[in-house]
Amino acid sequence: MIQTFFNFDIIVASWPIVMAGLLNTVLLSLIVVPLGLFGGLLLALLASIRHPLVRWPLMAWVDFFRAFPPLVLLILLFAGLPFAGLDLGGFACVAIAFFLNTGAYYGEIFRAGIESIPAGQVEAARSTGLGRLQALGYIVLPQAVRNVMPDLLSNTLEVVKLTSLGSVVAVPELLYQARQAQSLTYNPTPIVVAAIIYFLMLWPLVRLLSRLENRALAGRR
Amino acid sequence: MATLSIVDARAIHKHFGALHVLKGVDLKVAERELVFVIGPSGSGKSTLLRCLNRLEEPSSGSIVVDGIDMLDPRTDINHARQRIGMVFQSFNLYPHMTALGNVTLALRKVAGKSRAEADRLGHAALERVGLADRAEHTPGQLSGGQQQRVAIARSIALEPRVMLFDEPTSALDPELVGSVLEVMRSLRESGMTMIVVSHEMGFARNAADRVVFMDDGLIVEQGAPAEIFEHPAHDRTRAFIGQIQRH
Ligand SMILES: Nc1ncnc2c1ncn2[C@@H]1O[C@H](COP(=O)(O)OP(=O)(O)OP(=O)(O)O)[C@@H](O)[C@H]1O
Ligand SMILES: [Mg+2]
Repeated sequence: MIQTFFNFDIIVASWPIVMAGLLNTVLLSLIVVPLGLFGGLLLALLASIRHPLVRWPLMAWVDFFRAFPPLVLLILLFAGLPFAGLDLGGFACVAIAFFLNTGAYYGEIFRAGIESIPAGQVEAARSTGLGRLQALGYIVLPQAVRNVMPDLLSNTLEVVKLTSLGSVVAVPELLYQARQAQSLTYNPTPIVVAAIIYFLMLWPLVRLLSRLENRALAGRR
Repeated sequence: MATLSIVDARAIHKHFGALHVLKGVDLKVAERELVFVIGPSGSGKSTLLRCLNRLEEPSSGSIVVDGIDMLDPRTDINHARQRIGMVFQSFNLYPHMTALGNVTLALRKVAGKSRAEADRLGHAALERVGLADRAEHTPGQLSGGQQQRVAIARSIALEPRVMLFDEPTSALDPELVGSVLEVMRSLRESGMTMIVVSHEMGFARNAADRVVFMDDGLIVEQGAPAEIFEHPAHDRTRAFIGQIQRH
């Protein structure tokens, strides 16, 4: 049993391949998380413009990309864009798909955070001469981000997990590399190793999230 | 009165959609004057104050404050607003900052003071409202009365030419009202021009130069406090004052 699922020789042999995958997963996360946060913030700021010409397209955009399965979106981009003369490769497709998909999620989180700040605070700031953006930057966003920190973290956790979708479009991230190693060695051990690495990587985030959530609950009491 | 008007608002109209809230209000306020505004709920008192610093965009009319045409699109509104302090019923402090942080934010980011200079002015402003020892407290650690005084300090730190108060004591427990009125009285004694919307008739009697009664989007009558309270010319004023004094 151990020989099959946790074979030491195979761990050693596949180690460099799996490590290369881990590095790419970390890199991919470091790209798609900020990209999603940026897209989300942009959407949330646009949402604070109440004009119907902004409001309706924005709502359609967010709804569309939240309803659209990210795997389907990714494959569509990867398989479809070359026909539009755009051969961007797997990595860029993952980045775009995540920007669209997770940006919509982050956007809703930021929007909830921004709306949780009483308008009176902004009015007070404006009455002392602060501009719209200054009020946003000094008053609204710091509190909004703090209020939705657990949700932001929870979504980030999902995003990091979802980077494994990159394996479908041949981005050599952790899961993809583990599967390569598995098919080379005819043994599931590399997949088990990848699973353990995912867990070890995300577990601290999960702990942190629990603590934030507990603190948020305590704060509400 | 020969003194110059600091606030000169003329023929102010304000519509919210189909709702006509201000129906041609004229209000002149002289330097160092304390004008007290009363009137039933929904008569447009808050809207009038908010038009004066353009938190609300009047539908028509003209507003000149300290020589600045507030409705001219070329006016730098953020610059002009430093000259007009505003105190709100619900304090509207920034809960993520200390009292000093609340007071110094605009000093640093609008008036362009260095942190050291802003801190010095901020401490001085907190001192004036009797909260020198609360500079490092956050709003959550302060009583309602203290929060409102921090809000007053936040405005006066910018050395405004006129201060607008919108029901500054209405959200306070009765025992905390006095401390805020105290600060307002000392402000008045220092020569600050003030427009105060409030139900504190006692304060109006001994601190106001003029009482303005508004009803249904119009100024119905105005005059010295004794005159308005004892001998109102209009039935609506009489009814309103009678109602308030029964409480
Ligand atoms: N942003 C707004 N949108 C729509 N209607 C508004 C808005 N602000 C105020 N109003 C309406 O304008 C009218 C006047 O409101 P305002 O707040 O100026 O009255 P007020 O005299 O200050 O009353 P109160 O004593 O209750 O504070 C009310 O009918 C109110 O509902
Ligand atoms: Mg009001």
